[in-house]
Amino acid sequence: MDASTSLETHHDPHAHAAEHEHHELGWWRKYVFSTDHKVIGIQYGFTGLIFLFFGFSLMMLMRWQLAYPGQALPVIGKFLPHIFGPGTMPDGKMTPDFYNSLGAMHGTIMVFLGIVPLAFAAFGNFVVPLQIGAPDMAFPKVNMASYWAVFVGSIVMLISFFVPGGAAKSGWTSYVPLAAIADTGPGHLPVFNGQTLWLIGFIFLITSSLLGAINFIATIIQLRAKGLTWMRLPFFVWAQFVTAFLLLLAFPPLEAGIIMQLMDRVADTSFFMPAGLVVNGAALHISGGGSPLLWQHLFWFLAHPEVYVLILPGMGIIAEILANNSRKPLWGYKSLVFSVLTIGFLSFIVWAHHMWLTGMGSAVSAFFQTTTLIISIPSVIILSAFFISLWGGSIRFTVPMLFATAFLPMFGIGGLTGIPLAFNSADLYLHDTYYVIAHFHYIVAPGTIFALFAGIYYWFPKATGRRMNDFWGKVHFWPTLICMNVIFLPMFLQGMAGMHRRWYDGGQGWTVSGDHTIWGLTGFQWNTPISWAAWIMGLAQIPFIINFFWSIKRGEKVNDNPWEATTLEWTAPSPPPHGNFVTTPVAYRGPYEYSLPGRDGDFTMQNEPVEPSERVRRKTAEPVLV
Amino acid sequence: MEIPYTVSTRPDTGLWNAKVGIWLFLASEVMLFGGLFSAYIFLRLDAPPGMWPHGLLNVPVGTMNTAILIMSSVTVVLAWAALKMRKYRAYWWYMLATILCGVIFLTVKLVYEWPQKFDHFGAYIKPEELGKYEQYLGNEHAAAKGLPPRLEVTGHLHNRAALNDPNIKEYEVALDPLNADPSNPAMDRPHFFYMPPTDKIATIEKADVQYATMFLPKHSAYFASYFTITGLHGMHVLGGVLVFIYMWLPVSKRLYQRNPEHLANRVEVAGLFWHFVDLIWIFVFPLFYLL
Repeated sequence: MDASTSLETHHDPHAHAAEHEHHELGWWRKYVFSTDHKVIGIQYGFTGLIFLFFGFSLMMLMRWQLAYPGQALPVIGKFLPHIFGPGTMPDGKMTPDFYNSLGAMHGTIMVFLGIVPLAFAAFGNFVVPLQIGAPDMAFPKVNMASYWAVFVGSIVMLISFFVPGGAAKSGWTSYVPLAAIADTGPGHLPVFNGQTLWLIGFIFLITSSLLGAINFIATIIQLRAKGLTWMRLPFFVWAQFVTAFLLLLAFPPLEAGIIMQLMDRVADTSFFMPAGLVVNGAALHISGGGSPLLWQHLFWFLAHPEVYVLILPGMGIIAEILANNSRKPLWGYKSLVFSVLTIGFLSFIVWAHHMWLTGMGSAVSAFFQTTTLIISIPSVIILSAFFISLWGGSIRFTVPMLFATAFLPMFGIGGLTGIPLAFNSADLYLHDTYYVIAHFHYIVAPGTIFALFAGIYYWFPKATGRRMNDFWGKVHFWPTLICMNVIFLPMFLQGMAGMHRRWYDGGQGWTVSGDHTIWGLTGFQWNTPISWAAWIMGLAQIPFIINFFWSIKRGEKVNDNPWEATTLEWTAPSPPPHGNFVTTPVAYRGPYEYSLPGRDGDFTMQNEPVEPSERVRRKTAEPVLV
Repeated sequence: MEIPYTVSTRPDTGLWNAKVGIWLFLASEVMLFGGLFSAYIFLRLDAPPGMWPHGLLNVPVGTMNTAILIMSSVTVVLAWAALKMRKYRAYWWYMLATILCGVIFLTVKLVYEWPQKFDHFGAYIKPEELGKYEQYLGNEHAAAKGLPPRLEVTGHLHNRAALNDPNIKEYEVALDPLNADPSNPAMDRPHFFYMPPTDKIATIEKADVQYATMFLPKHSAYFASYFTITGLHGMHVLGGVLVFIYMWLPVSKRLYQRNPEHLANRVEVAGLFWHFVDLIWIFVFPLFYLL
């Protein structure tokens, strides 16, 4: 079939006039209030990257307090009280409240303002429509609304640092009743206090995620190019599809919880407040009758699927890069697809494994322990398929591939160390220790963030028409990989030695005796190398930042398909114009037709028609064109 | 390239884009209200005997509002059908009827039902002082009949200043019929028709009171969930009405003249949302008014 056949049967005669109008959009409509999925994707990307670094900076501050508790932070410590207020770091020494604020906001910002906007929204927006051969998202205005909702939410979160009392300080989980009474009373404003702003900001973030999720699913269902059947979708599109469903269905119950906690704080209701609470020696004047456990259920009903929201887009990116750089099809494409669907379904029925210590009962625990162990099966299938995909490949160690190959063992460590936490008897000991921190950071930091870096290096040429510098990419990669492991590997040991994750003094008072050491250092003394690794990793991001901005203007110019990839986004010009494709794309084959026997070159793009000889050899019937 | 399937259907899915979008949105709304309803279940199961009030809402008014919403669901379908038959005038009238139904519903809620609650008072008596107020509570009668214990005296608060003034030592309450005549078997079950507070005044000492407030969200877990859920539902009704007004204004007639099917699709999508809002009310009404 002719590749240029129009998709739309009702062709609008005014289409050309309309397109002409688009080209004359003013600067504001083109780059700021844009409805183009690529611009919105890049806006999300910048927002996500900025907040990733900001969230990391909060942690770098906390690492000082953990390594050198009670000591004045040199140089920076003098300036911080001027920015965050005098109560945060008097004389450069961190107060407990400020430490708690940093911890709570580090988690919130990294998860909801860093990774979700970058992994799901930025890559999803930029790449998914291109990979499915669509001109844009299904609902461009909704798409713009979704970005501006997250923008407002992020501003509200930032403002909360500067209100009296500082930002939210009850952990990223905001457990009640602690969170419901935090930031109230003398010295706090009624609405403009940390915890209330955290809740209000969250409502905007949830709105954004819902709009985005609806848009992604509708786009993938409705706007796939002709011939791009479900089993010809790149794995990245499948991963985003499942992620969107997780956001769509898991976020609203948390929104319900957020609304109820907001009511508890501003209308004095008792959704989460039991009767008989005493605060600062005085009984709270509330009706009571609420349930703190209810909040935990609503929170984790989102927050467990959220874990998969964080990792699935990363897995999708890794799949694309592994196939491209090993020059061979992904191993077990169908198993990957069904595994990701299974993960999506199961992730909704494992949430209470975060609540083993709440005393919810052994029958409930047994159920959630079983489902939690079952969900490790599809995860292991995915990781195994990735490893096997490398087997016998002709691997190109490009910068994206370096990050992608590093992802595999890092995610493996993160995943396997989660299994002891899935057993409620083992978790009784490990709960809330640094072991848990190490476990989920191995998944999200050297896991997802490595996937994101890989994705940035990989799709940068599509967005700009230029490539990022290889040498500086490697200078970025190696120190980051080493520091990640120096940071998180000792935390497993600290956790197994019993160190609690929320200790303000880094465990100094608990492990100072020195009768229990790990490789010659006490649990507390391990904080020092960890902190130094964190700060060095901060420095290691400088080559990336410079490389990123320098390459936008000065990077080496490349053609439309510099990685010799097969999926549809590489058939569009770089950078793609408004409307994306010069001719309407049609897909004739699967997404990873690398090293196809009998063809010139080692890659065959999805829009290359199947030749008659090929059809006989592959024993397939006429290709399906829908 | 233009975005395909904004108005026409995609052959393999049989849908246009917005229809996929609205069903996904409704799925998320199910989860949102599902979260709130499960909170209701949690709180109600957790409530100690006597702590989940009954019969405080006005059932006839709620029934009327239910009927109004169901009627509006019918008119919005008729409006859509009129558009499909390309009868714009009929569409215009049906849409107006839908908008009016939505406005009446909201008015009843915001002008009558909610303020009436804000004006009502309840005082939970301390467990050790319950005997002192037996003449208003009738707990002996309740125990004999196997009814849950009565812990609260409700009615119209005469000295409203008592709520905030620590110098006033007691509440003067014009009692609700139940508290005015607690051992009357006619009071054992909530009444279908609303019964205003009687003239009988009770004086309740603040020292005997565990917790006293107007019928605000903070009054109890019951009113907290009532105001939160009906408030969120009301915001959905308001959103639906605003969308309908936009579709009813002349600006949409221009879309009709250009592409009537496009307007019909918009009405269909908004109508689906409207049916969903109705459906939520069909759950709200029995949960709070009847059960």
